[in-house]
Amino acid sequence: MADLRGRVGMFCFIAAESAIFTIFVVAYLFYIGKSVAGPTPADVLHAPIVLTICLLSSSLTIHAGVKALTKGNVAAFARWWLLTLALGAVFLGGTAVEWHRLIYVDGLTIHTNLFGTTYFSLVGLHAFHVTAGLAGLALGSILALRGYVRPVHASRSDVFSLYWHFVDVVWVVVFLVVYVAGR
Amino acid sequence: MATQSLALPQPAIATRPLVDRLHGWITTVDHKRLGMLYIGYALLFLSIGGIEAAAMRIQLVRPQDNFVSPQVFNRLFTMHGTTMIFFVVMPLAFGFANYLVPLMIGARDMAFPRLNAFSFWLTAFGGTLLYFSLLGANGLYGAGNAPDVGWFAYAPLTSRTFSPGHSTDFWTLSLLVSGFGSIGTAVNIITTIVCMRCPGMTLGRMPLMVWLNLIMAGMVILAVSPLSAAQIMLLVGRYLGGHFFDTQAGGSAVVWMHFFWIFGHPEVYVLVLPAFGAASEIIPVFSRKPIFGYAVMVAATVCIAFIGMSVWAHHMFTVGMASNANTFFVLSTMAIAVPTGIKIFNWLATMWGGKIAFKAPMLFCVAFLFQFLVAGLTGIMLGAAPFDWQLGSSYFVVAHFHYVIVGGILFTIFGAFYYWFPKITGRMYSERLARLHFWLFVTGFHLTFDFMHIPGLLGMPRRIYTYEPGRGWDVWNLIVTIGVFFQAAAVLVFVLNLVTSWLSGEDAGNDPWDAWTLEWLTTSPPPPYNFADVPTVRSRRPLWDLKHPEDPDWKYE
Repeated sequence: MADLRGRVGMFCFIAAESAIFTIFVVAYLFYIGKSVAGPTPADVLHAPIVLTICLLSSSLTIHAGVKALTKGNVAAFARWWLLTLALGAVFLGGTAVEWHRLIYVDGLTIHTNLFGTTYFSLVGLHAFHVTAGLAGLALGSILALRGYVRPVHASRSDVFSLYWHFVDVVWVVVFLVVYVAGR
Repeated sequence: MATQSLALPQPAIATRPLVDRLHGWITTVDHKRLGMLYIGYALLFLSIGGIEAAAMRIQLVRPQDNFVSPQVFNRLFTMHGTTMIFFVVMPLAFGFANYLVPLMIGARDMAFPRLNAFSFWLTAFGGTLLYFSLLGANGLYGAGNAPDVGWFAYAPLTSRTFSPGHSTDFWTLSLLVSGFGSIGTAVNIITTIVCMRCPGMTLGRMPLMVWLNLIMAGMVILAVSPLSAAQIMLLVGRYLGGHFFDTQAGGSAVVWMHFFWIFGHPEVYVLVLPAFGAASEIIPVFSRKPIFGYAVMVAATVCIAFIGMSVWAHHMFTVGMASNANTFFVLSTMAIAVPTGIKIFNWLATMWGGKIAFKAPMLFCVAFLFQFLVAGLTGIMLGAAPFDWQLGSSYFVVAHFHYVIVGGILFTIFGAFYYWFPKITGRMYSERLARLHFWLFVTGFHLTFDFMHIPGLLGMPRRIYTYEPGRGWDVWNLIVTIGVFFQAAAVLVFVLNLVTSWLSGEDAGNDPWDAWTLEWLTTSPPPPYNFADVPTVRSRRPLWDLKHPEDPDWKYE
C-alpha cells in the first residue's frame, strides 16, 4: 500500500511539473525568431549529442540499481546509483561548459535578447531539476555506502527513479525544441 | 431495581499549559487539525479582505469622494482580489477537503501527513508575505508599499519601469509560495482518495464531496502549475532582466494574459467544485432523499473540468484576438453551461418530492441554487464576444464574478460551516443566529451585487477610484455600498455564532442530521485516529444501511 501511495503521489507531482515545463516550452516555441537583436540560435547553439546520451543512459543505470535492490543486492545498488550520479554530473558539467561559452565567448546572457531569456530559462529550469535529482542520488548512494539501505527501501528508490526518468523525458522535449526545432 | 453504578475515581486531567497546546497545533500533522488551521486562517483573511472591500465601497459611495487616495485605492483592489482568491476561498476549499475527505472515505489520515503540514505552512507563509509588503515593499526607491498592479497583474505594469520598489515582487513571491503549497495539497488529496479508501468504498460509492474534491485537486495540478511558471518568468524579468513580457525587446504582453488566464479560469472551477460538493451532501440530507443522478453528477463534473481548461481566453475578448480564436472561446464557454445546467437540475430533482427541512445549511444551499443560476446567466452573456466588447472591464463583470464567488461559492461554504460545525466541534450552533446571519447576508448580497450590474450597463468601468456626478451612477453606487454593511453585520453574527456555540452550545451528538456518510459514524469531534475499527461499506449511504438493516441501499445498487 505504501508503495502505491508513493507512486501515485509521484505521478501527481510529475503531472504538475509537466504543466510548468509545458508553459516554458510554449513560451520558447512562441518566441522563436522574435528576438530583435542577435545572437541567434543558429549562430551559437550546437546540439549536445554526447551529453544527451549520458543523461538518457542514466535512466537505464538507475533502473538497474532499483532492480538490484529489489533482489537484495545493496552493493550493486550503490554501484549503479553512483554511476547514475556520475552520468548526471557529466551532463550538468557539460551544460555549465556550454553556458560559459555562450556567456563569455558568444555574449549571450538571459538579458541579451528574447532568445537568451527563453533559452536560459528553459534549459536552466531543466538543469535545476537535474541538480535536485543529483542531490537525491547522492543521498541514496551515501546512505547505501554507509550501510543504511536495505531491500525494504526498494519501493522508495523506485519512486525516486520515476522522478529521474521524468527529468530525462523532459530533456528529450527540451532537446527537440531548443536544438532541433528552434535552430 | 438497583442501578449499579461504578464509582471509578476520576483521573485528574490537568489542562496542559498554553505553550504546550500551541506547540501541539504548530507541529500537528493530523488532517483534522490542519483542516481547522486552514479554515481559521481563511476566516482571518476573509475579515481583512472584507475590510478592504468595505473601504473601496465607502470611497465609491458618492461621486468625488476623498475617503482614500487613488494610490491607496489601487492597492485596495489588488490586495482584496488576491486575498479573497488565494488566501480565503482556496484555503477554505483545502480546509474542508482536509477535514472531510479522510473521514468520508473511512481513512485515518491523509496519504502524506507531513506533506500536508508543509503545504499548509507554505500557504500561511504566502499570505504573510503578501501582507508583509506593507512594511517591506518600499525598497531602495522609497516607492509603494502594498502591490497595486491588480490581481491579474498585466504586463507591462509589472515591469521594473512601472513597478519600482518591491511591491510586485511580494505579490509574485507570495503567489509562487502559496502555489507550491496548493500543488502539495492537491497531490495529497488525489493520493489519499486513490489509495486510502476503506474496504468496499469503490469509486462509484464515494460521497460526491469526495469525487468533486478529487476533480478539484486534478484541476489544481493542471492550473496552478502554469501560474507558478508565469510567476517564475515574471521574476526572471524583474530580477535577471529577462524579456518574456517586454514588448520593446520583441516579447508579448498578451502572452502573460494567456498564461495568467490558463490558470485564472480553471481556478474558478477549482473554487466552485468543493462548493458543489458541499451542496451535493447538504441538499440530499435536508431533502431526505438520496442525490438524484449520482453518476451523471460525476460525469458532469468531469465534463466541467475538461471544458473548463479550454475557456480561458473569454477573459481576453477585449484584447483583440483573431476572430477564429474568439469563435472557439465563445463556443467552449457556451458549452460549459450544459454540464453546469445538468448539475442544477440534479439538485432540483433531489429536492423534488423530498421532505425538505429548511435548517440553516439548507437555506444557504437553496440561495446558492438561485444565485448560481443568475451568475451563470450573466456568464453566458459575457461569454458572447460582442456583448463582452461592450461590457468587458465594466462593473457588470465585477457584479458577475462576485455573483459566482459570493452568491455561489461563499453561500455554500457558509452552509458547509453550519452543516459540519457539529461534527468539528461536537456542539450545536444557534439556529436563531444562523437564520439571522442568512437573512442579513441575503439582503446585503442582493443589495450590493444585484444593483452593481446597473452602473456596469451604464458604462461605469471597474477599478476607477472615483467618478463625476450626473452620469446616472450615483444612486446605484449608494445602494451597493449600503448592502456592504448588511453583509458585514451578517459576518459578525456568523463569527459570534461560531464562537459562542463552540464555547457553550448544546451537545450535538455523533449524527445530528440523521445523515448517511461515514464522517457521522464516528464521535464529534472525531478522535485523532478517526475510526476505532475501519468501517466496511456496501453502498453509497453506509449509515442508511446501518440504521435500516431491513431495507438497505445495497440491495438496489
